[in-house]
Amino acid sequence: MGDGESAALTLTLRTGGAEQTWRLGCVVGRQARPGDVYLLSGPLGAGKTCFTQGLARGLGVEGYVRSPTFVLMTRHQGRLTLHHIDLYRIGGAAEAWDLGLDEQLFGGGVCVIEWAERAEELLPEEALWLEFSYGESGDVREIVLDTESARYGGLLEELAALSFAGVESLDAGAQ
Amino acid sequence: MALRILGIETSCDETAAGVVEDGRVLRSNVISSQAELHSRYGGVVPEVASRQHVRDLAPVLERAVESCGMGLEDVDAVAVTYGPGLAGSLLTGLNAAKAVAYSLGKPFIGVNHLEAHIYASWLTPANPADAPGFPLACLVASGGHTDLLLMEGHGVYRLVGRTRDDAAGEAFDKAARILGLGFPGGPEIQRVAQGAAGGFSLPRAWMRDTHDFSFSGLKTALLHLAQGQGVYPADSENALDDGAMAAAVRELAAAFQESVVDVISVKLVEMARKYGVRGLVLGGGVTANARLREEILRRSPLPVIIPPPVLCTDNGAMVAACAYYQHQRGEQWPLELDVEPGLPLG
Repeated sequence: MGDGESAALTLTLRTGGAEQTWRLGCVVGRQARPGDVYLLSGPLGAGKTCFTQGLARGLGVEGYVRSPTFVLMTRHQGRLTLHHIDLYRIGGAAEAWDLGLDEQLFGGGVCVIEWAERAEELLPEEALWLEFSYGESGDVREIVLDTESARYGGLLEELAALSFAGVESLDAGAQ
Repeated sequence: MALRILGIETSCDETAAGVVEDGRVLRSNVISSQAELHSRYGGVVPEVASRQHVRDLAPVLERAVESCGMGLEDVDAVAVTYGPGLAGSLLTGLNAAKAVAYSLGKPFIGVNHLEAHIYASWLTPANPADAPGFPLACLVASGGHTDLLLMEGHGVYRLVGRTRDDAAGEAFDKAARILGLGFPGGPEIQRVAQGAAGGFSLPRAWMRDTHDFSFSGLKTALLHLAQGQGVYPADSENALDDGAMAAAVRELAAAFQESVVDVISVKLVEMARKYGVRGLVLGGGVTANARLREEILRRSPLPVIIPPPVLCTDNGAMVAACAYYQHQRGEQWPLELDVEPGLPLG
């Protein structure tokens, strides 16, 4: 199956707390390829920045990845460039458009966008959505990974085999 | 002759300009805040901020010089924040400063926003360089930063600790949003926390053996507590009635504020001890918080210099004060200077 073909895939994972969410990010960061786009959604405190910090470590970024809420976007250098964007302050898609995200989205690095749902119509379809939500008890988080692109198929299969994150379901081809 | 510097500040959501003489004498300080404009979004919206700076800057500049009986031509140098901050916002101030400096043929000075927050303390009756004297432990805490800096002399800094995730001011903003309060979150939380019984306690992230901070876990802990108490989300099935809601929000706001205040004050004093400084200097919007000021004064065995709240939040006078010492060191800045949204200090 080529990258151009539609290949809807949804994986639902459950992490037991911040450390597992970080480790999940770390696995994704180790697998990440040039041009990958990760779109994160979910409420405050659901683990988006924590996941991104793990992803940065997986990419070999040294130091700490701080919340980019204030400056909107930061850039880190690992084995690939990591663009970390936060649309928390953005009023709508038109304002996100003004940010001019072309370099970040199509520049050959890895792009992570928090609060991506605020500018959904602007963002490429060739991306992996990760929706974070609270589980039934304190530290548990449910993470739904969803993509229309075959490019992330291998990654999702690998994540489905992780021993530390509980796999709820892996559904292929839901159109 | 006194050296009069015009300072311009537009790094975030305040359009501000001030005139300072010889780095210490405050002649004017004009601030046009956009807080009300951004409150409906629960935060600063960059494009809105840039457009508003363009609209407000000319009248703010005019008032800053006219209110001390001067014209723009009477200014001896023009200083401006060129980073860190929002690129579009910074650009408005930077371009205006270049235009004024170029057209009047006056020296032009680029200023680091974080350093300017430290120099707000030079606008107090004390001169921190003489009493208590260097080295100084500096806390810069705002919407975008929570930095502990060792200041060994004018313009000489070492970054000793900083936040690893959310800035203190950002944590206040997000906590206020969880509690259904307005923006900016710091003053709102301080306001509603008054008179709390102190029945709740939230965790502290001490980040032992480092001078770093972390506020992300506290935000999540507050969220869980707010959910458990029926405060969040406000439209949930088990939401409280108005009276019970106000009481619960008061207690949660107080618990959150105490946790932030406790960690910052303890870690600042720890850092001051470790580096054998002579005194403490505070700056940035979060240091306008009354509980934080009170707690640092209570814990510190050393003199603490705290600017009045209006000089803690973003302002142009602090930029002018900082620029004076840069000018004294002979710094010359080219008009080609560009904004640096991620400019570090130390």
